[in-house]
Amino acid sequence: MDFALSSDVVEFRDEIRSIIREFVTPEIADRMHTTGVFDAPELNLELGRRGILERACPGLGKGDPIEMYVMFNELEKAGAPYDGLAVALMIAAVVNKLGTDEQKERIIPSIISGEALVCMGYSEADFGSDLASIKTRAVKDGDEWVINGSKMWTTLAQVAEWLILLTRTDLDLPKHKGLTMFMLPMNTPGITVEPVHTLGTEITNATWYDDVRVGDEAVLGDENGGWRTMTTVLAFERGVMGGTNAGVPLLRHFHEWAVANGVFDEPTTRERMARSIIDMQVATLLTMRSAWIAASGGMPGLEGSMTKVFAVEAYQRASRWTQAAAGPAGLLQFHEEGAAGEGFIEYDARHSPVMSIYGGTTEINRNNIAERHLGLPKSR
Amino acid sequence: MSVDLGLSPDQESIAELFNGFFSNEAPPAVARAAEPLGFDRELWNKVIELGAPGMGCAVENGGGGASLGDLVVVAETVGRSIAPIPLIDHLAALSVLTDADLVAGEAIAAVAVRPADANGHWSLVPAGAVADVVIGVDGDETVVVRSTPPMSGPRNHGSMPLADRSAREGTRTVLGPASLFEVVLDRWKLLTAAALVGIAETAKELGVAYVKEREQFGVPVGSFQAVQHGLADLPVAIDGGRLLTHKAAWALDNVTDGLIDWANNEITDGSTLATMAFLFAADGAVMATDRSLHYHGGYGFAEEYDIQMYYRRARGWSLILGDSTSVGLSLADRLFGTVEG
Ligand SMILES: Cc1cc2nc3c(=O)[nH]c(=O)nc-3n(C[C@H](O)[C@H](O)[C@H](O)COP(=O)(O)OP(=O)(O)OC[C@H]3O[C@@H](n4cnc5c(N)ncnc54)[C@H](O)[C@@H]3O)c2cc1C
Repeated sequence: MDFALSSDVVEFRDEIRSIIREFVTPEIADRMHTTGVFDAPELNLELGRRGILERACPGLGKGDPIEMYVMFNELEKAGAPYDGLAVALMIAAVVNKLGTDEQKERIIPSIISGEALVCMGYSEADFGSDLASIKTRAVKDGDEWVINGSKMWTTLAQVAEWLILLTRTDLDLPKHKGLTMFMLPMNTPGITVEPVHTLGTEITNATWYDDVRVGDEAVLGDENGGWRTMTTVLAFERGVMGGTNAGVPLLRHFHEWAVANGVFDEPTTRERMARSIIDMQVATLLTMRSAWIAASGGMPGLEGSMTKVFAVEAYQRASRWTQAAAGPAGLLQFHEEGAAGEGFIEYDARHSPVMSIYGGTTEINRNNIAERHLGLPKSR
Repeated sequence: MSVDLGLSPDQESIAELFNGFFSNEAPPAVARAAEPLGFDRELWNKVIELGAPGMGCAVENGGGGASLGDLVVVAETVGRSIAPIPLIDHLAALSVLTDADLVAGEAIAAVAVRPADANGHWSLVPAGAVADVVIGVDGDETVVVRSTPPMSGPRNHGSMPLADRSAREGTRTVLGPASLFEVVLDRWKLLTAAALVGIAETAKELGVAYVKEREQFGVPVGSFQAVQHGLADLPVAIDGGRLLTHKAAWALDNVTDGLIDWANNEITDGSTLATMAFLFAADGAVMATDRSLHYHGGYGFAEEYDIQMYYRRARGWSLILGDSTSVGLSLADRLFGTVEG
């Protein structure tokens, strides 16, 4: 195996690092927690302006295919607000893979310039893990589609230009077969957005669709082929677009605090820290493997499940022991005097639970591994 | 494209050759028959014919010139089959030894993984019961001692050929300062890590095959989600351990002045990575054998079933280096610097 990045990729990485140093200021990192939007438009625009997003977007053929992994890995390790960018770039890659030429021309430039964000409307109030049962309807009316229904957890809907929306278009087909994916502008009439506040300061949304009218140009992938589009999205999402190294900034914050407070010499702490660092290396290697498979033209759906299960639980373990080791100081929030890791220890303890829920829960990922990797019989 | 996380075509052939060899020549019955000593001379003689003992040595010394990545592939096949031969120890010792009889495999070398005590005594040396040559640390020197192996030792959890050996009696050669031994120990940790990944892999296979066959309540027990989820963690730990082990091999072979920048998760120092791989693979092998044994139900506890042999070796092969807390703390020293005072 070869773990070295080529000199081109190292240059690319160093450019991203210098942009991060300039644009990911403490104020910007703080802003995500006051606005509830995990995104930094000025960072996106700079990455877009320098052609970095175009290079990193899979399938456009501009950079080394490993560059998307490299970019998100750097952003995540730095603790940058990058969720908005991750979703947008992932959807750009899906449009590039499954979209028509007209869609590619209309949608991709707005994303790789760093201007437009995308929100994802898959989950509904009653259907999350059992996504293929969703009920939001799209019905053909002449040349148009009319969409009615509602979605839950439509993160970034309050700021996004684009919406990718999973709908049911055929009631007679089996549940996975009667679905169609749409991609439409968020300012299309008939869409309502209501905020949903969370434990981890991130604000997500409930969204409603009342007689939303779009043409065929909004269908992404095939009519009744929505599940295939969904699988493509998930293969990119699970473990390639970041979300697998969240423990790195956490350990850094903890270490700074523990050294400054003279408690880092404690052997139990040192051993736990060393073991969490092993976990972070493994998480990164598993992520790199998914990225490498995707970059070699494969679909790392299964490997993504494996990466996600491991990385998320490693982060949750790290969050649990660092907060316990910090004691009362681990309870204090951002900007409070004496807060361990400047409040990040407390914050990560609130943020980490969501990682095993969204983007496919840990149980769904373990089902996936058991059935598709180990070949065990379906349990449902 | 940068980065290649697959085995090279050469390594694919090595894996195929050795997996084939061990499944023919060393099915679990061979490991069972070799207990309690844990050594099968006939099997060692056959492995000599494959050129395995000297494969990591330089070609000019009569060796095979294989890379560490290649040796990792071989070590994993040893773990998969729990073959009762000290190939891991031998390959590790030959990172610095070049004696012709060792390269040929006519004599066996062992690694005293813990330093000698004040009396020049190495305790519980892995492969110490059967090795003609032992390399290790005595005081502040790295020494090599040739002496007659006892061919017996204390009965132990992993059915390993352990024995106490003297660092002073026999033909003793001083190789250099104690620091020289680090290369040997790094390679021992690396190859043991790979072997532990192999143990985990077979434990997983045994467990999965069993739960597909065994029926309760009229269905295979492998259709129960609690069982599925317990097993689903195994390939994750195995793949993670394998990637980390190969990264350590790559770094030891290719990187000088590697990074230990944990705060940015950039670690390319081979020695650090070898310890990380060792700890991670040890945990993985313990978990995999635990779960696989458990999902066999009562039969997992029966001597007749093979999983118990893997269960014991997963613990034996890793604990012989020392308690895992000490190994973890030595890693912490490398990562964060030592504690003052
Ligand atoms: C902060 C946040 C942001 C999100 N952002 C988005 C977004 O932008 N777009 C979007 O579409 N969705 C988003 N989601 C939704 C997310 O993907 C779902 O929450 C997730 O898929 C789980 O669905 P659910 O919440 O309905 O839980 P349920 O499916 O009701 O699951 C409840 C519990 O049952 C378990 N369970 C369910 N089925 C099985 C099974 N077969 N076997 C074993 N256990 C099972 C689950 O693992 C879970 O523990 C977001 C969620 C959160 C919390």
